[in-house]
Amino acid sequence: MDSPAVEVIDLVKRYGGATAVDGLTLSAARGAVTAILGPNGAGKTSTIEICEGFREADGGTVRVLGLPPSDGSLRARVGVMLQAGGVPPAVRCGEWLRLVSRFYARPLAPDALMARLGLTDHARTPYRRLSGGQQQRLSLAAAVIGRPELVFLDEPTAGLDPQARHACWDLVADLRTAGVGVVLTTHHMDEAERLADHVVIIDRGRVVAEGSPASLTGAERQLRFRARPGLALEELLTALPTGSAAKESPAGHYIIEGQVDPELLATVTAWCAAEGVTADDLSIERRTLEDVFLELTGRELR
Amino acid sequence: MTALDLTPAPGAAPLGRMVAAQAGAEIRAILRNGEQLLLTLIIPVLLLVGFSLAPLVDVGQARRIDFLTPGVLALAIMSTAFTGQAIATGFERRYGVLKRLGATPLSRAGLLLAKTLAVLAVELLQIVVIVGVALALGWRPAGSLLAAVPYLLLGTAAFSGLGLLMAGVLRAEATLAAANLVYLVLLGCGGVVFPLSVFPGGVESVLELLPISALTGGLRAVLMDGEGLALGPLAVLAAWTVVTLGLAARTFRWE
Repeated sequence: MDSPAVEVIDLVKRYGGATAVDGLTLSAARGAVTAILGPNGAGKTSTIEICEGFREADGGTVRVLGLPPSDGSLRARVGVMLQAGGVPPAVRCGEWLRLVSRFYARPLAPDALMARLGLTDHARTPYRRLSGGQQQRLSLAAAVIGRPELVFLDEPTAGLDPQARHACWDLVADLRTAGVGVVLTTHHMDEAERLADHVVIIDRGRVVAEGSPASLTGAERQLRFRARPGLALEELLTALPTGSAAKESPAGHYIIEGQVDPELLATVTAWCAAEGVTADDLSIERRTLEDVFLELTGRELR
Repeated sequence: MTALDLTPAPGAAPLGRMVAAQAGAEIRAILRNGEQLLLTLIIPVLLLVGFSLAPLVDVGQARRIDFLTPGVLALAIMSTAFTGQAIATGFERRYGVLKRLGATPLSRAGLLLAKTLAVLAVELLQIVVIVGVALALGWRPAGSLLAAVPYLLLGTAAFSGLGLLMAGVLRAEATLAAANLVYLVLLGCGGVVFPLSVFPGGVESVLELLPISALTGGLRAVLMDGEGLALGPLAVLAAWTVVTLGLAARTFRWE
């Protein structure tokens, strides 16, 4: 039981000539929520589907609960929510959940689970007539009904309305409390920040950063503004208290980190005035995972 | 908000319960699908009634109903084991249902077993209805229905193999089109309502190698001519079973 819930080492996945996953290494602890955060095409789904046993890796090692993903005994221990589909269009919501429940030894009661996820009124509705949010919630319900010790959720809240998103978040939080490990992919940084114990930021098939949301974003606040690219930040730094940092990432976006107080604000704006530039969109804020991603890759998350 | 005990308690259900649950779901899906009912029950019964009452086909010495009933039984087997199963499985693959089921404790072997049980259950229903209608129309089988069982089972296996081969390789829409086309072609030249003797000799001997011809031929030998086991048709069906199931096992894509 000492092995992590998921251990991925140097994973490589290629489709024809394109490399989707390029030497990716990550580890997800048991009983914790791990978020794989990245833009579309970063390799999130390829990675999670290799862990789920749907796809073969072209290189590297993957262990789920200490076993290779193809191990048949994992099917009873691991719950899976696909990014989309997976349910026959004509089957009724309640029917599908009852069917899936009968594959497990000690399943949750389908009716109670539907009540928990707000699906009770749609128990007799065919899958194709459910809204996108209801379809997602049904897939989520099917992923947890077998009382798994680990669940994989591939973009669980993509396309959900706010109410359905919160229902999903609440369930993930309860799974964590109950000791279920959760590995989810997302491109919503707020989702990762809110739910995850551990965030793995990936881009172009590689891990670019990982850690707890707090460690990734840093506790300090920062001053941000936009101006023409290429300002001489070294000059500005000499005017700022020691321990401050200034960077331009990407071009024209400036970030000043350090003791953000009225004096620092005054110094920065005075320096801008002396340089003859106007600081646009000047703001003081805590860094978000979105900022972290932007700084690391020079690109927006979405 | 209802309290749910989410504490991990993993475990697979016994195989029997999983297969029974999946087979039940498959049967419900077949019986609920209007187009499939048209194919499995309505068309066979209409052909049986229409062609037995109207003198449209020259069946030689035999009574029309005695000639038609084995052919329509064969058609019923083909419609469920081949056409219905190919289309349903093709779309299950397309909708990711096969993939999703692959993530449950139900194994692929369990899923195939459940599909087979569902096909057999629906065939039993078809046989009861068709035999009932045929008897009402004055059918007098020359042999026992039990003697027909080996043909029905082997025919089911051969057509299932053909259906799964098609569904596992083609896109769902292509499967839909091809399965219906093959159904029509085999209905026309497999001896279902027209005896193979309407074709020129050379063509006839080729057509006899089709699975539908072997099934209609075998069933007629037993039910119309009162023969014991006719081995030729059984051999043809066995060959189709081995080839199609073998190819399907090699080529089937679950996703």
